[in-house]
Amino acid sequence: MVEIRFHGRGGQGTVIASKILADAVSKEDKYVQAFPQFGVERRGAPVFAFIRIDDKPIYIRSKIIAPDHIIVVDPSLIDAIDVTEGLKKGAFILINTGHQPQEFQHLGKDFRVFTIDANDIAIKHRLGSTAAPIVNTAILGAVPRIFNFVKLASILQSVRENVPVNPDENAAAAQEAYESVKGV
Amino acid sequence: MAKDRKKIDFKKMEELPPMVMSLRSMAANPTGSWRNLKPVIDLSQCIQCTICWKFCPDAAIDWIDDNPVINLDFCKGCGICAEECPKKCIEMIKEGK
Amino acid sequence: MKKVMMGNHAISYGATLSRVQVIAAYPITPQTQVVELLSEIVADQKLKAEFIKVESEHSAMAACIGASSAGARAFTATSAQGLALMHELLHWAAGARLPIVMANINRAMAPPWTIWSDQNDSLSQRDTGWMQFYCQSNQEVLDSVIIAYKVAEKVLMPVMIILDAFSLSHTYESVDIPDQALVDKYLPPFDYKYKLDVQNPHTYGGLTTPEWYMEFRIKMHEAMDQALVEIKKEAVAFKKVFGRYYDTVDPYMVDDAETVLVTSGTAASTARYAVDQLRAKGNKVGNLRMRVLRPFPFADVREQLKNAKKVIIVDRDISYGYHGIWAQEVKSALYGHSQVPVWNFIAGLGGRDIFPETFYDIIAQVGKKKKPDQELYWVEVKK
Repeated sequence: MVEIRFHGRGGQGTVIASKILADAVSKEDKYVQAFPQFGVERRGAPVFAFIRIDDKPIYIRSKIIAPDHIIVVDPSLIDAIDVTEGLKKGAFILINTGHQPQEFQHLGKDFRVFTIDANDIAIKHRLGSTAAPIVNTAILGAVPRIFNFVKLASILQSVRENVPVNPDENAAAAQEAYESVKGV
Repeated sequence: MAKDRKKIDFKKMEELPPMVMSLRSMAANPTGSWRNLKPVIDLSQCIQCTICWKFCPDAAIDWIDDNPVINLDFCKGCGICAEECPKKCIEMIKEGK
Repeated sequence: MKKVMMGNHAISYGATLSRVQVIAAYPITPQTQVVELLSEIVADQKLKAEFIKVESEHSAMAACIGASSAGARAFTATSAQGLALMHELLHWAAGARLPIVMANINRAMAPPWTIWSDQNDSLSQRDTGWMQFYCQSNQEVLDSVIIAYKVAEKVLMPVMIILDAFSLSHTYESVDIPDQALVDKYLPPFDYKYKLDVQNPHTYGGLTTPEWYMEFRIKMHEAMDQALVEIKKEAVAFKKVFGRYYDTVDPYMVDDAETVLVTSGTAASTARYAVDQLRAKGNKVGNLRMRVLRPFPFADVREQLKNAKKVIIVDRDISYGYHGIWAQEVKSALYGHSQVPVWNFIAGLGGRDIFPETFYDIIAQVGKKKKPDQELYWVEVKK
């Protein structure tokens, strides 16, 4: 079983990203469970989402406190909260940023950092506004590049099926993200 | 109207419906026998406002040829029509005499 | 067709597949998405139903009672304070023998104000005459709505489908949406013998004297006894068509277990995971998930617990000044039939998470003790 925690801010589509990833994983006949941090969401406040993936039915239903990996949708959270809390040794950390993975060595030597400039990609594909780009679909494109539990084709298909508007642009953003992950 | 005046009665559990319900329409349950006062309308003063017709809790006032007519098969003699009549032209009188 | 969906939407799909004809509901966290999706489905004319907007949960149930009395398949959903506000009409729906189905998302009662899960809201409605089905997955939620109508319409008693706030209501997982044609075949249109009919008028719910009141109550109790038979019958019938089986209780590794955990809702799902881990360490533990609270499955509970040396009932609820509510129920079923010692642990109130570690801790606390030395034990609380 793989357990991943997403870090974002309210309004960035972090929960939706976990749902789309769940959808993509389930297309490959794996078992999956995705859930938000249980509570009240406010725009801008730090939010969490969680996903469990397994080859057999998932019965555990408590919160994930020791994730295998994390995905940081909003890099400003790295200075605001302890994103590596409970994170297991050997974890992958995927961060949405224009910076290089080496610049995040302070997060700990037990982890491997990958970066993707999802803001830049989203703006290029006109997803959201320049000030508040919609980055969640671009980040999802990076996931199959570093993890082996889901294929890019499934991600692209789930992105197309789950976004309310601009399915082609969102899928193109995911595709571009797949090709431009740093740290692989 | 009051075609079936047989008393509603159950003897056995099997006869009982699952929930409380009358075995027939209330149209077959003439409640006029409960009455000891009966309403009498002075049609010469009636302004056909229909207030008595609207207020009767038993729907025992019919509206016939633009006038209220008490259906004595069902009127229980509660007196609400007399109380509500704005012209005070409904009088409750003793039954029998 | 498989689709990743949240528990709340599984309810909406269940109601849609059941071809409900009247939906009356008032939104409340954590139930809101149930009615959001249903209102969209009705507005898009994918379901031929009347969606009645109401000003309170009391009115929602009143509207369902009216609709069901007229022979319509009626549906609503609520949670916590909303369910409490319905209380008077819950008795009415059951007493009037209306096969209404409602989803209740388990949310703890206020104050203190809360939106998180525990079972005190639905368990407080235990004696209203509603059947109660507690679910552990989104698939079970969807399927249970369909089964609920089948059972309810056979015995003329209402059903509450119950799921935990957030850990099901807001959790996405893959759900198989049954084929509409198969559901139509399994659940034919409801033909209500006692419906309101202007051509054949009756009055309902009238004054009943002491001479007959008890007899109506006996009829309700007999209907619940029959419901138990129907639930078990439908478990088999549903599996035949859809391949999934839902009995009154869901035993896991109980047969040879020395210690049996008795749980419900999503805590039962996590308990099952915990049992696997404990078994791997040689600890002979099993889990009995309680799915149906009413009608209470006495025989099944006694049968499943007959080999246990110790029974541990974990309640996500409390009857203040007494035990957890499931503990009362299960102990009562065992009384006079078994000498097994029974422990009662209270865990996870107000949404406090129940982890696998919670169960390891409970098992360790019981340890080698021969019998409980307290009426109940609180789990993972501040000292």
